Amino acid sequence: MSYLMNSSEILQTIEMINQQHLDVRTITMGINLLDCAHEDMSVCCDRIYDKICRSAGKLVETGCAIEQEFGIPIVNKRISVTPISLVAASCREENYTALAKTLDRAAASTGVNFIGGFSALAHKGFTESDLRLINSIPEALTSTNLVCSSVNLASTRAGINMDAVALMGRIIRQTADIDPMGCAKLVVFSNAVEDNPFMAGAFHGVGEPEKVINVGVSGPGVVAAALKQCKGESFDVVAETIKKTAFKITRMGELVAQEASRRLGVPFGVVDLSLAPTPAIGDSVAEILELMGLERCGGHGTTAALALLNDAVKKGGVMASSHVGGLSGAFIPVSEDAGMIAAVENGALCLDKLEAMTCVCSVGLDMIAVPGDTPASTISAIIADEAAIGMVNNKTTAVRIIPVKGKGVGEGIDFGGLLGSAPIMPVHKGSAEEFIARGGRIPAPLHSLRN
Amino acid sequence: MKAIVSVFAKDSKGITAYVTALLAEKEINILDISQTLMQEYFAMIMLVDLSDCAMPFHELSQYLADKGLERALDVHIQRQDIFEAMHRI
Repeated sequence: MSYLMNSSEILQTIEMINQQHLDVRTITMGINLLDCAHEDMSVCCDRIYDKICRSAGKLVETGCAIEQEFGIPIVNKRISVTPISLVAASCREENYTALAKTLDRAAASTGVNFIGGFSALAHKGFTESDLRLINSIPEALTSTNLVCSSVNLASTRAGINMDAVALMGRIIRQTADIDPMGCAKLVVFSNAVEDNPFMAGAFHGVGEPEKVINVGVSGPGVVAAALKQCKGESFDVVAETIKKTAFKITRMGELVAQEASRRLGVPFGVVDLSLAPTPAIGDSVAEILELMGLERCGGHGTTAALALLNDAVKKGGVMASSHVGGLSGAFIPVSEDAGMIAAVENGALCLDKLEAMTCVCSVGLDMIAVPGDTPASTISAIIADEAAIGMVNNKTTAVRIIPVKGKGVGEGIDFGGLLGSAPIMPVHKGSAEEFIARGGRIPAPLHSLRN
Repeated sequence: MKAIVSVFAKDSKGITAYVTALLAEKEINILDISQTLMQEYFAMIMLVDLSDCAMPFHELSQYLADKGLERALDVHIQRQDIFEAMHRI
């Protein structure tokens, strides 16, 4: 008998799953679509649909079987594909909505709950295809249900494409004016990663293999439960406790990832060590920060608490997995975290503090609802600020912002399900119109002379 | 394949007998067993060997859960790998 049964360990695992919301947040299959390119868009669409269905036909079934055998919930099964602006570059059509609809159909056929990759990489400049894709986003995201879109518009090596920043501000406004839900499926990045399993920003990068399985773990509730046991202890104890907990969570993700990879015959890519909250009570990153001794998430001390949390999760997780990647950092989406929502509602958490928090964690201003009359230039300026943090600090940052048509501060929007609900947050009134109208590129930062 | 069967319930007579009989009926061998009482709650954990069990895992899992419910028992079966992965380096 290789395994020596230890009841207290078994009870601890069962308690993590049953009471502390421990789950595997997502198994995401990355699929290369470059071989689907064709100048006739309908042929390209057919090839894409066939390839996705052929590659991921058993993904959901396999995920469910693993879920049952290990007794661990796998909340989402998803697909990421090669950025469509690359796949469709040889098509002559101006509008890429048909491609989004094809992805939507393929996602529905395979039973996954999101498909990511209606994306463009435009950090240094636009190709014609990038522009066609971006201009199709409002229609594409509001006429499909399962398609997620992302645009990378800055990087540490290329700087910030301010033309893309300006354009994306307008695209976000246009999308929101048709349906705010569309903006919940759209994210703009600085330093986007090629192997992120989480939505809305997942795409299958060009450096990735033909197919790959990436897994995202979760578990804020488990970390919170562990921290409740160390009230009043020093930060050394807090960091150690989070590391040990993160190790356990990640080991489980690694096991699921290896098993899924083996059963599907698809290579294992990475485990993404992100602490992803859900709207459920007790599954909140904000609660963890408050357990460290803050009265409210968003108050002074929040950034330091988050920095410790983010680093300890990585340190614990890195040893638990053979390959770590993706975004790997604590997420702070407002609408998907009950503690964040409460902090915004009672005025403790504002956009400026969230921006500061993104300097020390993954991934950025995420699922933020703002008034419907927020000018496109202000949205662009918010994006520029986040992109600058990512660019200068050599990290991924993102913005997923939702201007809610006809609503203002004090009201909210309900997205339903894992996306939760968001209170509308105030933005600064000063105009950035002239700033954004300049266009061009903000040069890449210097990365020597570090003193 | 080895698995962990866990049983949670309000304590009453014959829980162990009932669950072990279910396992025996499906040709499941018990390798190790431990039970504790937490206040008036009964918790039993068994390491079992499924090599001779003909029933597919997902059906067995459902069968044990349903049979457990008849006696107000919370019965789960999970592959042991998850516990090993989480707690052993």
